Amino acid sequence: MRPPSRADRPVDLFQGETALPPDRPTAFSVSQLIAHLKGAVENSARQVWIKGEVSSLKSFGKGDWYFTLRDAESCIRCVMWKTYTAKVGEPPPDGTEVYALGNPTVWEKKGELKFPVVVMLPTAGTGLQQLGKEKVRAALEKDGLFAPERKRPLPEFPAVLAVVTSQDGAALHDIIIVARRRWPRVRLLIVPAQVQGDGAPAALVRAIGRVNRLEGVDLCVVGRGGGSREDLLAFDDERVCRAIAALRMPSISAVGHETDLSLADLVADVRAATPSAAMELALPDRAHYLRHAGSLGSRLAHGLRRRTEVLEARLSRSSDRIRTSIGRRIGDPRALLQRLAGQLEALSPLKVLGRGYSVARLADGRVIRRRADLSAGTPFRLRVSDGEVPARAEGQA
Amino acid sequence: MTSESLSADLRRLEEIVRLLEADDTDLDQALLLFEEGVAKLRAARERLSEAELKVQRVLEDAAGQLKVEDLSE
Repeated sequence: MRPPSRADRPVDLFQGETALPPDRPTAFSVSQLIAHLKGAVENSARQVWIKGEVSSLKSFGKGDWYFTLRDAESCIRCVMWKTYTAKVGEPPPDGTEVYALGNPTVWEKKGELKFPVVVMLPTAGTGLQQLGKEKVRAALEKDGLFAPERKRPLPEFPAVLAVVTSQDGAALHDIIIVARRRWPRVRLLIVPAQVQGDGAPAALVRAIGRVNRLEGVDLCVVGRGGGSREDLLAFDDERVCRAIAALRMPSISAVGHETDLSLADLVADVRAATPSAAMELALPDRAHYLRHAGSLGSRLAHGLRRRTEVLEARLSRSSDRIRTSIGRRIGDPRALLQRLAGQLEALSPLKVLGRGYSVARLADGRVIRRRADLSAGTPFRLRVSDGEVPARAEGQA
Repeated sequence: MTSESLSADLRRLEEIVRLLEADDTDLDQALLLFEEGVAKLRAARERLSEAELKVQRVLEDAAGQLKVEDLSE
């Protein structure tokens, strides 16, 4: 289709309903507009060299690279096919400043500017972004914020855990899942913050400041899920790093990135690769401690049993000794009983009566022992072996 | 505040188990230790039992006051 207007004349989409020419009774279609812009872009700059920092480079297939070239103000999406990347070799790390030769065009499907690169050459210096990061790094390092002796140990059983992250990201969901599994007794305080874009550093600084104003927070996780290099820039921001360093409680950084560390990682007490990993580090594992308590419980029971077994053995040895020593003195208890029964029998008065003796008692039961106990006619009773006989004294003795 | 007591309970429990496992504890002392160990174990298990995770959100109002509100997923 021919572009509806010649490339050398500006298109005025709003030139007025009143002035629609008869051969163009309706508005442009999207594809008509894009086709026109594509023509305009391709005509305006044929083959050019541009200079910029590589970021978010992804390699697909056998070496087709998709990346962004950027400087302080702008960026453009680029593609470099494997025919050309083969001459470059390894993909340059994010932040590398390069010269790129290509033909700017419009990607019709997305209505996006695109720069297909055919030659890429490294520039002498490192990229702007990289340079900025190095400046901040040097400043933080000079103030001793990376010093190993500043690193605080994490609490073993945090009861209150603050999390500074985006309220909408998948990161928050992951954080809650891990907390529920590992240590559901923790209280999670989510302090929402914008984590990418221009406002992110200020928002993060405010959120981290809020954590410092809360009482009783044991540990703070600051982070976000994975993103492109630009998405993670806030975590290289000097203000954000200083805010993390000023936290009153230990901190874990959790910036989901693929390659190099963010400066926030260097300032935090502990660095985790992702928010989920941060939670694994932050919270004790309930299952582990349950097993530990269980094993201590059985050792406790076993310890006491062993102790009582030792004593039991000693006791049974002693009681054996006691039994033998008594046994030696009294012999068989049954024989002893017989002997005692014999002695008892010998002492019984019935036995004496059986031998022919009798006992004489007065009516009141007193035994008659002397002559003076009786006068003539006194009745008394005579006890013999098989009963009693009534009797009377014949006269005074 | 951190659950310092759980940490302390577990440490004391470990100490008690070591003492009970050593041979130079007399029975009276062993019984006392055992009793204390059972109490510590019960307390630790209580703290390790299931719980509903509490998720809250911290916001700042116009007056600069921090507000903590329950967050339902």
